[in-house]
Amino acid sequence: MGGNSTDTMSLNLKVWRQKNNKDKGQMVDYKLDGVSPDMSFLEMMDTLNTKLIKEQGDTIAFDHDCREGICGMCSMMINGQAHGPEAETTTCQLHMRKFKTGDTIVVEPWRAKAFPVLKDLMVDRGAFDQIIAAGGYVNVNTGNPQDANAILIGQENAELAMDAAACIGCGACVASCKNASAMLFVSAKISQLALLPQGAVESEARTQAMVAKMDELGFGNCTNEAECEAQCPKGIKIENIARMNREWFKGALGSRN
Amino acid sequence: MTSENSKFKKLDGNVPTGPIADRWKSHKFHMKLVNPANKRKYSVIVVGTGLAGASAAASMAELGYNVTTFCIQDSPRRAHSIAAQGGINSSKNYPNDGDSVYRLFYDTVKGGDYRARESNVYRLAEVSSGIIDQCVAQGVPFAREYGGTLSNRSFGGAQVSRTFYARGQTGQQLLLGAYSAMMKEVHKGTIKSYTRREMTDLVMVDGKARGIVVRNVVTGEFEKYTADAIILATGGYGNVYYLSTNAKASNASAAFRAYKKGAYFANPCYTQIHPTCIPVSGDHQSKLTLMSESLRNDGRVWVPKVKGDKRSPDLIPENERDYFLERIYPSFGNLVPRDVASRNAKLQCDAGFGVSATGKAVYLDFADAIKRKGEDKIRAEYGNLFEMYERITDHNPYKMPMMIYPAIHYTMGGLWVDYNLMSNIPGLFVLGEANFSDHGANRLGASALMQGLADGYFVIPYTIGNYFASGKFEKIDLTHPEFEKALQESSSKYKKLLAINGNKTVNEFHKALGHIMWEYVGMGRNEAGLQKAISEIQALREDFWKNVKVSGSSVDVNTELEKAGRVADFLDLGELMALDALERKESCGGHFREESQTPENEAMRDDENFCHVAAWEYQGDGAKPIRNIEELKFETVKLTQRSYK
Repeated sequence: MGGNSTDTMSLNLKVWRQKNNKDKGQMVDYKLDGVSPDMSFLEMMDTLNTKLIKEQGDTIAFDHDCREGICGMCSMMINGQAHGPEAETTTCQLHMRKFKTGDTIVVEPWRAKAFPVLKDLMVDRGAFDQIIAAGGYVNVNTGNPQDANAILIGQENAELAMDAAACIGCGACVASCKNASAMLFVSAKISQLALLPQGAVESEARTQAMVAKMDELGFGNCTNEAECEAQCPKGIKIENIARMNREWFKGALGSRN
Repeated sequence: MTSENSKFKKLDGNVPTGPIADRWKSHKFHMKLVNPANKRKYSVIVVGTGLAGASAAASMAELGYNVTTFCIQDSPRRAHSIAAQGGINSSKNYPNDGDSVYRLFYDTVKGGDYRARESNVYRLAEVSSGIIDQCVAQGVPFAREYGGTLSNRSFGGAQVSRTFYARGQTGQQLLLGAYSAMMKEVHKGTIKSYTRREMTDLVMVDGKARGIVVRNVVTGEFEKYTADAIILATGGYGNVYYLSTNAKASNASAAFRAYKKGAYFANPCYTQIHPTCIPVSGDHQSKLTLMSESLRNDGRVWVPKVKGDKRSPDLIPENERDYFLERIYPSFGNLVPRDVASRNAKLQCDAGFGVSATGKAVYLDFADAIKRKGEDKIRAEYGNLFEMYERITDHNPYKMPMMIYPAIHYTMGGLWVDYNLMSNIPGLFVLGEANFSDHGANRLGASALMQGLADGYFVIPYTIGNYFASGKFEKIDLTHPEFEKALQESSSKYKKLLAINGNKTVNEFHKALGHIMWEYVGMGRNEAGLQKAISEIQALREDFWKNVKVSGSSVDVNTELEKAGRVADFLDLGELMALDALERKESCGGHFREESQTPENEAMRDDENFCHVAAWEYQGDGAKPIRNIEELKFETVKLTQRSYK
């Protein structure tokens, strides 16, 4: 199946290989022929892995799961860009027709102190879970809350909250930031909940707790380069960082009383 | 073949009696309670953190139980519940269009082609309203009207607007709600969450489920955990088919390990095939992408009237097109249920009318809708789906018809559970897609999310207390011989897989299994095909254990080894699915036996002989499992033949 051979591409791949967290790691060159333009980037990596198995090598480890751009698991720096060259597209939805035969493609893991490499292109993003655990929720237990329509939410805020909630927690924002700042991720959750009456009550305390955890875990600061916004596969806006800063200041001022 | 199983059991679902509308209420009252001060003395393991697992973990931790969760991904937030696009049903009746608990119950029983347990379905409809309240309280950003109230839409051919949604990411947003509730408890210390762990065995002590063995996929080490009850919320087994809309890590191993420890596997042949997926583009294809079936509200399905017509679709004149769904089903047209739409697309392609380079696709054409409503309106309704389609296929669906083909999407079968969601193994509970209970032989659109959250938020918090209060739980030490034995068995299975060092990759075997399943245990099934499937799977399994090549080692991350372990279980489960399909000599819902159809080629049930659940009991490798049955009684909804003509 696939296209006929004239349609396929030959690629030079430079891939980060690292046995485990203790290994130093290095770039390794691979040549791959027979790449169909209809393959997704991950299917191209599958093809390379099949070749490696046949040649008695160890396969390249990378994170992936849903392969439809929503789970947030895939995470590759492709030619220095988080999730590669196509705007608002995760690695799994990037297709090889965006490349041409003879191209050299550099594939690296997310690089950040708070995201240690586990193997090859696979990193540990557990820090994101820790930030959410610090306060990324509404404190409500399962039970019998009021009727859903008792809380009215204007369409504008509902839409803005949804825009922020669209974050898939992939970590591209951290990987694309020269300071490895997690502010886009953190502010998206803070914004979503601050914009809704259910979440607004705890907003100041939530912001303080999440920002403190983010700092503690070794994420850097925001210096307004907006690379995170440019490389975010879900189009999360840096306006969220401004909203987070406002919420944080409200809390910081409040705590002096 | 059934007759040789003379020792089969008749199962009791422990369904309460009395009027159906009062059963859950009365059952809740009669169940035993655990004193609030004593709850912290009980521990629960939850495997899987999708909608069912995360909501269960959060709710039980809030009550005071000690909860430990496990997931295979790097974070509990990534479970495949996130992929659901369309929405979640609830009997709120906000639009005032005649919905009610009873109507949702009725639609679900009928949609499931009368193969679900009435009492469970009624409870599902009953708690569905509370789910929306709960999710809104958590901050789930559902779509809203200008006045600030929640929006509803009609979905999957339902005659009322009962579906709540959050853009095209309802599953994602509901899961983030459940995940955040779970992380709130992680922060309090009432939940301990382990990620990147894969369950490799269930541990039973004195006939009760008391622990699990997991493989840490980062280090390759096996770990033992004990608790007073085990909950499996590990999703469905669609990946038996290799190509499906499931996530790559979705697997059946946890459920299948439980089956091998004695839990019954119910109705494994009930699978759902979704009609509007993006077709396969080549042999490199690793998974299939579903597009919301809302597309069929405006798209018209057609194939060329002439076999093998290779002309571009815009060059095929109107009178040379066959709008086959509109032709065969004049009243429902393109909106026939999923199983009917899927089967007809396959029939057209099998007869040689399929389009695309592979011949395995039909057109879904929006040209008329664009003419009627304008491109802007179509963009507003389906823009994100059109973009997704273009990103994957490089074709612009505003200019050219989409190409679609059916794909495996959901599995209605699963581990057998009683009304309390407990399997036949005491202390082993099964929630969400992993159990069999609520959807019968076919699931309605927007009902999967509802069931996962119903089980987790509103059923298990009650029934687990009843289980704890009804027995004594000795402390189990992890050095207990049953734990050692399970750990050794797990470890030796993986060692064996690595040692084979054959000449075919894991994916080659998985693809071969997928071909057999799709061909013979797919949309149309018949006796000869199913027997062929069983013998081909047996041969493939033998080949697998002789010739599979698993690269890498048993330490550190080895994704090939993980896959090999899962495919080993898929090979066994695939055979069980074929066996179940062979012995269910009727058509119902997603299970279409070609021998059992009406003169109009519609699925024909055999209520006299098959109005029951088949719950398979493992008898050892190579031995035929026993087909236990649970009779289904329809006391409220009358059995009738579905018709969409």
